Amino acid sequence: VRERLRPERLLLALAAPALAVAIAAVVSTLVLLASGHGPLHVYRSMWDFGTQTNSIISMVDRAVPYYLAGLAVAVGFKMNLFNIGVEGQYYLAVVVAAILAPELHLWAPLDVTIICAAAMATGAVWAGIAGVLKATRGVNEVISTIMLNNVVLLGFGAWLVDQYRAQDAGLQVATRPIPAAGRLPDLNRWLEHLGVTVPPGAHLTSFVLVAAAVGVAYYVILFRTRLGFDLRASGLNPWAAASSGVDPKGMAVKVMLLSGAIAGLAGLSFLLGDVGRYTTDFPTGLGFTGIAVALLGRNHPVGVGLAALLWGFMERSAQTLDLQGIPKEIVTIMQGTIVLSVVVAYEIVRRVQLARQQQEVSLQVDDERVAEALA
Amino acid sequence: VTPRLVRTLAWASIGFAVVALIAAATDTAGLTSSGTVGAALRLSLPIGLAGLGGLWSERAGVINIGLEGMLILGTWFGAYGGVELGPWWGVLFGVLGGALGGLLHAIATVRFGVDHIISGVAINLLGAGVARYLNIVVFGDRTGATQSPRVSGHLGSVSVPFLAGGDLFGWHTPDLFGWFERRSWVIVSDLAGVLGGLTRGVSLVVVLGVALFPLTWWVLWRTPFGLRVRSVGEDPAAAESLGVDVYRMKTIAVTISGGLSGLGGAILVLLFAGIYREGQTGGRGFIGLAAMIFGNWNPAGLLLGSGLFGYTDALQLRDEHAIHTLLLLVAVLVGVMGARAVVRGRVGPALLWLGAGTASFLWWDVTDQFPRQLVGTTPHIVTLLVLVFASQRLRMPAADGLVYRRGEAR
Repeated sequence: VRERLRPERLLLALAAPALAVAIAAVVSTLVLLASGHGPLHVYRSMWDFGTQTNSIISMVDRAVPYYLAGLAVAVGFKMNLFNIGVEGQYYLAVVVAAILAPELHLWAPLDVTIICAAAMATGAVWAGIAGVLKATRGVNEVISTIMLNNVVLLGFGAWLVDQYRAQDAGLQVATRPIPAAGRLPDLNRWLEHLGVTVPPGAHLTSFVLVAAAVGVAYYVILFRTRLGFDLRASGLNPWAAASSGVDPKGMAVKVMLLSGAIAGLAGLSFLLGDVGRYTTDFPTGLGFTGIAVALLGRNHPVGVGLAALLWGFMERSAQTLDLQGIPKEIVTIMQGTIVLSVVVAYEIVRRVQLARQQQEVSLQVDDERVAEALA
Repeated sequence: VTPRLVRTLAWASIGFAVVALIAAATDTAGLTSSGTVGAALRLSLPIGLAGLGGLWSERAGVINIGLEGMLILGTWFGAYGGVELGPWWGVLFGVLGGALGGLLHAIATVRFGVDHIISGVAINLLGAGVARYLNIVVFGDRTGATQSPRVSGHLGSVSVPFLAGGDLFGWHTPDLFGWFERRSWVIVSDLAGVLGGLTRGVSLVVVLGVALFPLTWWVLWRTPFGLRVRSVGEDPAAAESLGVDVYRMKTIAVTISGGLSGLGGAILVLLFAGIYREGQTGGRGFIGLAAMIFGNWNPAGLLLGSGLFGYTDALQLRDEHAIHTLLLLVAVLVGVMGARAVVRGRVGPALLWLGAGTASFLWWDVTDQFPRQLVGTTPHIVTLLVLVFASQRLRMPAADGLVYRRGEAR
């Protein structure tokens, strides 16, 4: 029976993403048609623009913060904890790092390491509050992290920056610029070595290496350590995990700390890259994108990576749409549709799988009964 | 009249007297002026309506994190209806726009059994994207990508005759609350200020919005339909066995939820800015969700919670001095908690409370201004504290957030 099922299983596994893409494509096509643009033309121009070398570098560059934010959300999801507070955690971490970084004048690699560690610690503390509240007082982490987000985004962050604001920035509220030694170089030279001609204006942040390292660490911790096993067990069946000796409260705190620490890194590729200081127009919304990316990537380090790249690709290729008089916000609609259709597709496939399994089992049982009756 | 009600009223009166005395002692009339209270009422309504949407949805067992997206849909559709047809059409369009978001959430969660939080996140993404896209397509060449044109015309407002100087058949009646408020008599004038703020120059849409709270209570707790909705949120399998169409109930409740959020969004446009502006919801959908949990999934508690958010918002906008005075109020409140802990002989909490009270008092005493940026964070910290101290008493609907499949074993 198992032999017969294998290709079918594979087919079903592939069916979900395919179905999702199909649903998203249909919806996007309808939206484009409704607003009077030829869908095929739009898709082709997005593809053509998005696959230029320049765009591919930009896609990877954009994907780095999404990947980190996605992993931060994913590690919580693995234990059925929803850290919606990645937004506040990375933002606070960026502010703290931006205040700290101009003060450091040690050895450059050490400076960067300290900054990263400080950002991770900040994110972990901010997320840890929610973890501790959940463990000690039973406060739902969704609500507490939303509140912690608002505390940072609606005032605490701005107040902190104001205490250390740069005098040279004029009317703009900004921290002091980070000296070149504390910044990260881009990887353009390496790309040239690899035989890629980097077009002018394109940068590949070296933070992509950090992101990759975090991805590997995520995999190792989750799938190759006791902690990861306990974490996943608690997510799949908290009662079974608890009765096998996992302390669910301690686990919740640990997971939030881990998630917050990863979240702390999410904004650093901007801060230590071309931006170089905190200003009021520092990118926001990474945390919410992270949720979408984690969902899309099914919380697996490779899947989240692909999802982050897809997001980066869509945002990059959207830039060509404005030039043709098509609102590039169509991409946001596409992204929302993809998230929704992915979960719908997985649910449909799960149901089909379940129904088939039941069928198989009942057939088997019937066979056995017939055999018994004949014997 | 239950003993519990008497106790609540007694505590509320004492609390109000304390606020009034502090306002008098520190010369902070803004704490209880009719202007502050009126602004608080208006500001708390979008939050409260989002929360009320959350309440409908979660009472039917569907977690609604997509309130923010439905609020955004309400703002854009409200502005669209307002600009094209007039302000009351804007209200209607806002409700319909939000309800559309609610319906989508219902289809995804109820029919397809998608995880409620995931669907909500997607709705938030979609709401923002759809609003922006439509705005560019419809108003893009007039006012740009992120704004709509101004809604012309007004929704109209009323004042209560005799009490707050409303008109009666063309006769301009006296303003009793206003007269008392101007006297500056401790407690009396404060009370008149609060009542005046709630009865003078109230927009008709605010009256409509506030009326939805008792209406919700009546529908959900006093009608057969409401019983069905709540039964679906507590135990869908049992409800199904009694012949309740679970899918249908959930779908209706979540669609109503979206409509209420949409109304909140429309009010945000029509009562405040007069235009749709990107990002104008400012996370109020999430705050409404928090207010609902603060209110223990009850309309009355939700009203209190959203009032708290609206009040601090109003103080922040109108009177920064009053925010500084709040530190003293917090010191007194925390001190009372500390005294209670001492009476009950609980040493640890008593020390914690009294320490926090002293710190708050010193902060008030040493500084003369509360950092401007931090003002906006106060309601969120308060909510967090309420959750910390009251989370054990909160009880959400038993089947809230669980995916129900007809005919599936438990």
